[in-house]
Amino acid sequence: MTITSAAEGLDTPDISVNRFARIASLPVRQPVLALSCALLLAFGALAVVSPWITADPAALDPLSRLQSPSLAQPFGTDQVGRSVFARALTGTRVSLSVGIAVAILTTLIGVSIGVVAGYFRSVDKIVMRAMDAVMAIPAILLAIALVALIGASPVVIVTAISLPEIPRMARVVRASVLTLRERVYVEAAIICGGRTTAILGRHILPGAAGPIMVQSTYVFASAMILESILSFLGAGTPPDVPSWGNMMSEGRQFLQIAPWILGFPALMLAITVLAANLLGDALRDLLDPSFAGGEMR
Amino acid sequence: MSAVLEVSGLTQIFTSRKGPFGLFGRRELRAVDDVSFAVARARTFCLVGESGCGKTTIGRMVVRLLRPTAGSVHINGEDFGNLSGETLRKKRQQVQMVFQDPLACLNSRMTAAEIVEEPLQNFGIGDAMSRRRKVARLFDQVGLPQHFRARLPHHLSGGQRQRLGIARALAADPALIVADEAVAALDVSIRSQILNLLKDVQREIGISYLFISHDLAVVRYLADDVAVMYLGAVVEQGPAETVFAAPAHPYTRALIDSVPAVHPRNRRRRAPLEGEVPSAASLPSGCRFRTRCPFATDICARHAPAVTEITPGHAVACHHARSLPRFDAPGPGRTATPDAVA
Repeated sequence: MTITSAAEGLDTPDISVNRFARIASLPVRQPVLALSCALLLAFGALAVVSPWITADPAALDPLSRLQSPSLAQPFGTDQVGRSVFARALTGTRVSLSVGIAVAILTTLIGVSIGVVAGYFRSVDKIVMRAMDAVMAIPAILLAIALVALIGASPVVIVTAISLPEIPRMARVVRASVLTLRERVYVEAAIICGGRTTAILGRHILPGAAGPIMVQSTYVFASAMILESILSFLGAGTPPDVPSWGNMMSEGRQFLQIAPWILGFPALMLAITVLAANLLGDALRDLLDPSFAGGEMR
Repeated sequence: MSAVLEVSGLTQIFTSRKGPFGLFGRRELRAVDDVSFAVARARTFCLVGESGCGKTTIGRMVVRLLRPTAGSVHINGEDFGNLSGETLRKKRQQVQMVFQDPLACLNSRMTAAEIVEEPLQNFGIGDAMSRRRKVARLFDQVGLPQHFRARLPHHLSGGQRQRLGIARALAADPALIVADEAVAALDVSIRSQILNLLKDVQREIGISYLFISHDLAVVRYLADDVAVMYLGAVVEQGPAETVFAAPAHPYTRALIDSVPAVHPRNRRRRAPLEGEVPSAASLPSGCRFRTRCPFATDICARHAPAVTEITPGHAVACHHARSLPRFDAPGPGRTATPDAVA
């Protein structure tokens, strides 16, 4: 049965129908992938629409401070009467945008370094030893030092978080490129007169796309955690901009009388990071056939 | 006679470092040692030998996936072995390759038409329209239906994939195609189709082949000239008919004897080779075949035999080439190519 349908599938003229059916059946075939994507998309949507659906996150209301969650204040209020719901949703923007910016920056730089190191063997040792050196620096220490030196701006925070992630991405990409460059079809492309740029772009990078996507989801997750840690330590997002990290830092003092101030941003961070990690795992299972369990093609 | 490919003194030495950090010197491995031959236009030159004898390394040097350690590779009289960079890339148009594994040599993300068009794009041949026409012509030439153009390699059968590989090799109008075990991975029936395709193409456009194989039946069917290799060196070389009818080197004889007979009536008494192929990292003194040669004498251990012509065009590297017992060569029927040859 499956054999006949596969044979018919070869000559199916309208591939778009197949593609639509494949996407429509995704929640059934890949429940983890679908769930994590849905969660991340929901958080992304919340981050975008938060200014329109919540009160001003900076509005003080000292009369109604430290109120527990209610219908009017779904996540309660903090020690100066600001809405924790509004602040947590605004914090989503900070976390997600830092996560995405770090993921993009790390991917761009890490992939370039990894491809160069993996394909051009002469520079490999020098570049990778430099990467090892960067990796040896503790990420948080480096970030705090950078923020202390230059000051806490979004650019500095993103740079500070990206820097220690770049070697990890470079290693993953280098490892893929090292195996891909030995493939016979790459040799065939060289014999067919391919320029180095064409060989890298057409024959090697597409093969490394899987590991790159997986690694960038992990970078996305760990960047959000690092941003929260930095903000918690007071070296990250400035206090006037609500972020999950500095909300938790402020809420820590009221943990015993108003646990919701710390609890809700922590919960949202946990869910987002979990969703990102699950997405990474699901993608790895899907894209890397050596991990069993994913749907084989 | 102007040769399409002329190889002389070709040598490849692989070095690896010994011990931690390479502190204990280098280990040298002579994969190919001073090999010379020439391939004329519209002719097929076959390299035969056991696996590990260096025939593939020669192929890789001829297509310049490897730079020769020493010696020269000339294509149509022009240097190819020492080029690099953009001059090498442009010159690659002259030498294309057909691979052993027809699936591994095709990028699984590219359609059949894209694969065949790639060399045309790379070498800047024609505009988009003329390239499309050329791809269509190539599909006809190798016997692939036009509606396969949008298919991916894994949608094709093994024989169709190899036809696609041949179409790609032909696309840039090369003077020489290096075929490394090009039919070894195919079914016997498909094998003869591909061999016939290669022959037909040669007849049509006068292309030359450097065909690398361990399969004597295939070599016998295809070859105009043969070089038999053992441990990185050519031990016997000459026109295919002569070499198969009157093999003058003990190793060539052993190779021919080792082909199993198709019919029990043709079964031969044979003296199989004893022992293992020595390591290319520590070659025996004198003749490199002496450790397994039934005719070896003292001189074989002391002096490496020079390559000498015993009849015009037929050269052998053996001290005893003229004094070996007569060899009753099997008839062509016994080692003929797969019966499916039409």
